[in-house]
This record gives sequence, structure tokens and C-alpha cells, in this order.
Amino acid sequence: MAEKTKTNKEDFIPLTVEFSGGLEMLFSNQKKHDVSIPARDESGNSSNIAFLVRYLCDNLMKDPKKEFFIQDNTVRPGILVLINDADWQLEGEDEYEVKKGDNILFVSTLHGG
Amino acid sequence: MPPPCTRCQSERAVIVRPKNYDKLCKTCFLEVFEAEVHKTITTNALFYPGERVAIGASGGKDSTVLASVLKTLNTRHGYGLDLILLSIDEGITGYRDHSLETVKRNAVQYDLPLKVLSYTELYGWTMDQVVEQVGKKGNCTYCGVFRRQALDRGAASLGVRHVVTGHNADDVAETVLMNLLRGDLPRLSRTASIVTSTPSSAQTDIKRSKPLKYAYEKEIVLYAHHKNLDYFSTECIYSPEAFRGSARTLVKDLERVRPSSILDIVRSGEDMATLVPASVAPKAASGRESRYGGENVSVVYDLDEGTGGCGSANGRDSGGEMARMEHQLRTDQNAATHGLETEVTMASLGTPTSGSSIAVGVRPSHVQMKKANGKGLRQQTAGACERCGYISSQAVCKACVLLEGLNKNRPKASIGIEKTNDSETLDKGLAKVTLAEKKRQQVAQTEL
Repeated sequence: MAEKTKTNKEDFIPLTVEFSGGLEMLFSNQKKHDVSIPARDESGNSSNIAFLVRYLCDNLMKDPKKEFFIQDNTVRPGILVLINDADWQLEGEDEYEVKKGDNILFVSTLHGG
Repeated sequence: MPPPCTRCQSERAVIVRPKNYDKLCKTCFLEVFEAEVHKTITTNALFYPGERVAIGASGGKDSTVLASVLKTLNTRHGYGLDLILLSIDEGITGYRDHSLETVKRNAVQYDLPLKVLSYTELYGWTMDQVVEQVGKKGNCTYCGVFRRQALDRGAASLGVRHVVTGHNADDVAETVLMNLLRGDLPRLSRTASIVTSTPSSAQTDIKRSKPLKYAYEKEIVLYAHHKNLDYFSTECIYSPEAFRGSARTLVKDLERVRPSSILDIVRSGEDMATLVPASVAPKAASGRESRYGGENVSVVYDLDEGTGGCGSANGRDSGGEMARMEHQLRTDQNAATHGLETEVTMASLGTPTSGSSIAVGVRPSHVQMKKANGKGLRQQTAGACERCGYISSQAVCKACVLLEGLNKNRPKASIGIEKTNDSETLDKGLAKVTLAEKKRQQVAQTEL
């Protein structure tokens, strides 16, 4: 029973989310954000990166240019995602289920060099 | 938890390599990345021992990684290179001023000398001033044309004959696609070449190369990340190029589906280049190839002055002797104010003309343009701009045409060039600008 109350919809997962490579400009020019996201997504599944991205778009991003961050319901191609400093491709990409204390870094490769 | 590194089998993997899906740990990734750049350098014999090499440095990820890797490899493998950072200050407040601070820090971090050359010094205009006059649309053309010459002039002023740029595999793939979509095979073949050069009548024959040509942008960004390199990333505050943006999006979309696509496009570009007939793809004379370090390297001559804007300078370049010619230009203006015709100077530049107002629209006899099937392949033959002496396939180089428009407060003539690369449009632009030649000189005089 205790397990069940732990995972009810009110539960949140604390995470550190970072933006760099120019992406920070879409997030109030701030690179590092401590956020808490719901432990369950809209359909009641464990929150994954795809949900995190939608959540950030709706709740953290003040800039209206959502398409610079999100495309086809996932991270826009050209933006690298590092989960605890490892390529998200090693972790199942946007299906990775976020865990308490995770550090998720979004790095744009699209900006000028 | 990520799987272990496929190379050392012990550390935690941090990257999946786009080219072969290898899963590498941080240490192995940094080593492999550097080893591959070293291989590109040696296979293509990019450098010779003791060579002075300027690194075109913007403070962005690509040039920062290039500077760091070259510094590392130069020490590790004893290239014996004399490396210098060369930065162009376009004069864009809130963008280049910040990135130049990064370059200045890089100079300290990598213990490399730094030379900064500004558009103000070279052209008398900052990009902020250009935009104020021409508006945000079309300003990239000015910036692109000016930057191309600026890097060469900077190199020449440093006595350096080789400029390396941070163009990566994604950039090259993007440009290959753009030229494919435009049906521009000659430019495609130049884009695909790792080394380009400009045949110049002067001594300043500047070679350009792209040591990161086979490096994925993803790996460059992750190299910078895992090495904690200090780089600056923000978009230029002025308008981006729509066409390049579309090509870029296409490349990134393809990469998501099939990461090897990027290097495949680069290779396709190289293969297509070999199919371009020599008559439209000017190559170095055989005697020059060995001079540029390596029998297996063919130097592609490039007469492209750049109609593209930011980031489109994929090794396409020109050679310059600008300082002298700028002095010449000033002399022209002095002469004009003293009632002398500009033709005196034109003749002294080696291009016989009967007066500046006619000369602007007439190509020197050694410049040929051939057109087949309307928008077909065109042959470019080296000539020199009769204003500044910069290498040009036109009578007057694009920078001078653009400058003239600016100096006359008549930017429209040059904006037309951006919409179509057709040389005929340029001619029309030239014809328009001739009319107020003298007036320009007077205006320019007061501006200077």
C-alpha cells in the first residue's frame, strides 16, 4: 500500500535540467534549472524524456519559439541530449524514464561556430 | 546505466558515435577523435614542418575545437607548426564582441598569438552600420563577401599562407546538398575539396583547408563538452539564410534516421566532384600540387567570391593583396578630388580601361564567362578586381560592388545579387552603380 501512495499522481521527481550551445536563450538565458516534474505522464506511465520535453515546453519555456526545442513531439534533431553526462542514445533516447536527481543536459549543435 | 566502452571494455560509455555506432567512454572518445583528425591531416598532407598556419577563430565550437586539437596534435606528433589565431571582427554588437572575448580567452588557454582584424579597418563599415543602411534582409551577403576577403587579408598581413577553418562534416554535407539543389556542380566540386586555393597574380597565394571535414558536428560539440572547452554559442542577431537553414534541417533530420548519411553525403560530394569536367572545375596546375604538401592532394582553385552569407565559406575563398590596393583606392579618391580621372589609376593596376564609368561594366579580356543552357555550368577564369586587385572573375570584385552601393547610400543594386547568383544580375547591378561613380568617390572621401 505504501508503494502505491508513493507513486500517485501528486508525486514529483526532482531533476537538474541544463541548456547550452545557445539553447539557454530559449529558457530565460539561464543554463541550469532545478525542476520537479510529475512522476507520471498524461497517460499514467512513468515520466520519460519525451514527457520531460513536453513539460519543459509548457512550464519552463517562456519563449514562444517552441519549434526550436521540440519537433514531432520529441527533441528537435540537432539538439544533443546527455543523461547524467552520457549520450541519450545509450539510454533509450526519449523513452528513458527519468529518476530522482538525474541531470539532463540539452546541447544545441545548431548555433553558429 | 550505460554499457561499458566497446574500446577499453572498462569505463562507462558516454557517446554513441554517429559514423559507426561505437560506444566509447570519455577517454577513448577524446583519443579516437584526435587520432582521426591526425589521420585526416596526414592522409591529405595538409601541413609541412615549420609552416605558419592561421586558425580562423570565431570563438564558436568548431574553431575552438580546431584550435584545441591542432595545438594538441602539433605537440603530440611534432608537426612543427607555427599556429596563430586569426579573428574577424564584423562589428556586430551583442554577438561578435562577446565571441571575441572567448577568442581572447582561448588565446591565453592555448598559448597562441591572436590577430583581430575588423571590418571597420578593412572596409570602413561595421556590420551594424551595414544593417542600419540595408536592413536585416540581405545583409548576410555583405558579411559573407567581406569575411572571405578579410581572412585572406589578415593572413597576408601576418605573412601566413595557410588558413585552416573549423568547417565540419555537417557543414560540408549541407553545402554539398545546397549546391546539388541549385544545380551548381562547379561549386559543389570546390565545396567537397579539403584544400582550396586561389591563383593570385600577386605573391599572396593563400591556401585554405578544413581539417575537421570528416568530423561530425555532434562529436565536435561533445569533444568540447567533455574537454570543458570554453566556446561561445549564440546565433548571429541578424537574419539567417533561409536556404542554408533548410539544408541544415534536412541534414539533421537525415542524421536522426541514419547517422551515416552525413559522411555519405560528404563522400558523394567528393565522388561527384570527380565527375565535373575540368573545364568547369579549375584545378591547380600539376607543378603546384607538390608545393602544397603531398602528391595525393589536389588543390582546387577557387574563384568564388562568395554570394552566400554566413557559414557558406566552406573553403571557398580568394587570395588578396588588399592593403596595397586599399591604399590605391584612397589614392584614386584623392586623385578624383583633384580633378583627375580614375582611369589613371585603373591603367596603373594593369587593366586598360577608358575611364571608370565604362570600366565598371566591362570585363577585362582575360576574364571569361561561359554559359551553357541558360543556368548551366560556367567557367571561371582568374582576373583581378580593377578597384582593389583582389582575385575576381568579374571586372570589379563583389566586395567593391557592395562597398560602392553602401558608400552611395544605394544598397538596392547589391541586394539583387543575393536573390540570384546569376552573373547577369551582377552585371545589371554594376551598370546601375556606374552612373554615380564620381559621386561615390566624393561620398567615400567624406566617410573616410
